[in-house]
Amino acid sequence: MPNLKDLKNRIDSVKSTRKITSAMKMVAAAKLRRAQEAAESARAYSERMDTVLRSLAGSFAGMEGGPELLAGTGEDQTHLLVVFTSDRGLCGGFNGSIVREARRLVHEMKSEGKTVKLLCVGRKGSDLLKSEFRGDIVDSIIGIGGKKGIGYLEATAVSDRITEMFEAGEFDVCSILFNKFQSAMTQIVTNSQLIPFTSDEEEGAVADSGELKAAYEFEPEESEILEVLLPKNLGVQIFQAMLESSASEHGARMTAMDNATRNAGDMIDKLTLTYNRSRQAAITSELIEIISGAEAL
Amino acid sequence: MADVVEFELVSPQRLVKSQAVSMVVVPCSEGDIGVLPGHTPLIGTVRPGVVDIHDNGKVTESIFVSGGFVEVTPDRCTLLAEEATMVGDLKQDEAQARLEAAEKALEKASSDIEKANAEAEIKTAEAMLSAMGASVAAH
Repeated sequence: MPNLKDLKNRIDSVKSTRKITSAMKMVAAAKLRRAQEAAESARAYSERMDTVLRSLAGSFAGMEGGPELLAGTGEDQTHLLVVFTSDRGLCGGFNGSIVREARRLVHEMKSEGKTVKLLCVGRKGSDLLKSEFRGDIVDSIIGIGGKKGIGYLEATAVSDRITEMFEAGEFDVCSILFNKFQSAMTQIVTNSQLIPFTSDEEEGAVADSGELKAAYEFEPEESEILEVLLPKNLGVQIFQAMLESSASEHGARMTAMDNATRNAGDMIDKLTLTYNRSRQAAITSELIEIISGAEAL
Repeated sequence: MADVVEFELVSPQRLVKSQAVSMVVVPCSEGDIGVLPGHTPLIGTVRPGVVDIHDNGKVTESIFVSGGFVEVTPDRCTLLAEEATMVGDLKQDEAQARLEAAEKALEKASSDIEKANAEAEIKTAEAMLSAMGASVAAH
């Protein structure tokens, strides 16, 4: 029979845990709403950017010697994988699923004989990947999205870094790995290629805008616009990924904390039941002692 | 043909403005472009400056943008700007501080990218200041 005092302590400690998890849940819910709004309002920009870029890229499609950001270096020996994770834990499978996918990709590419470089955005990613791929991690960027939320400037800082590395010839292909926000319950691990530029719906879209794109005038020259637009697109893509990732993080944390709160509640119920039972048992046995003592007289 | 253009101003953070206007003047890198309904399809780069929205022959709104891209079709004008602020909301001292910070960054810049960023930032801050000067003069 567990000690009554121990049980009492245990119940108190679980109760305070529940308080913490439910507070975290509420904070995450509030942050989630903001992050979700940010992600959705940013979508307008990246979608339009994509349209413009696609109509531009279309005119370069068949040509040799376009800008390298668009056409690539012509090789795919060295891959740069940008992994977006959170800085903080306690958000369920959020970081785990990203890291698992990253591991899988790295192993796959390595088995094909390619070189892989990792750029980690968020502390958890570099912490989890460090043990296995210490040598492959080029850099970790920590502390994105503080109190004010994620700014576009932070995204351009990352994209400038990537552009610099690309121009220095440190990699041929760059792709990003992040959690795409679906709902508070589900995040989809998404892998999308940034360099060379490809578009998911490339074929369909070209057919749609086929007659439009031919009619555009460009000022200045197409190639000049493209040279400015491509690095910018990189920034926008990264910004979008950061926003999606932060919305997913808060969603995942909210769900995880909701579960934790519920589990703590169940545990408290169970413990209270045991506590009451043992209290009752103690009383009963005391009574029996008194009665049998009285009878013996 | 319709007598209005659908003007959309989008920044990475949000959709700043979406409305039908009779004319909009966009500061492009090779000179200002006035977009009226039925404009030739065009894609161009935008320099830091002020976008004027005209309605019934008068400037109804002025918005400061810090560069970006514009896509024009006969009935639509989409402006992708990195930053967009109403001219009335610009602050003299903030712009001044930005200019100084950018000048310092240019001095310290080591790589080409940093240098280009700092130069772009200086241009933005200068355009901001001149936009405010113009709006002060108009009042």
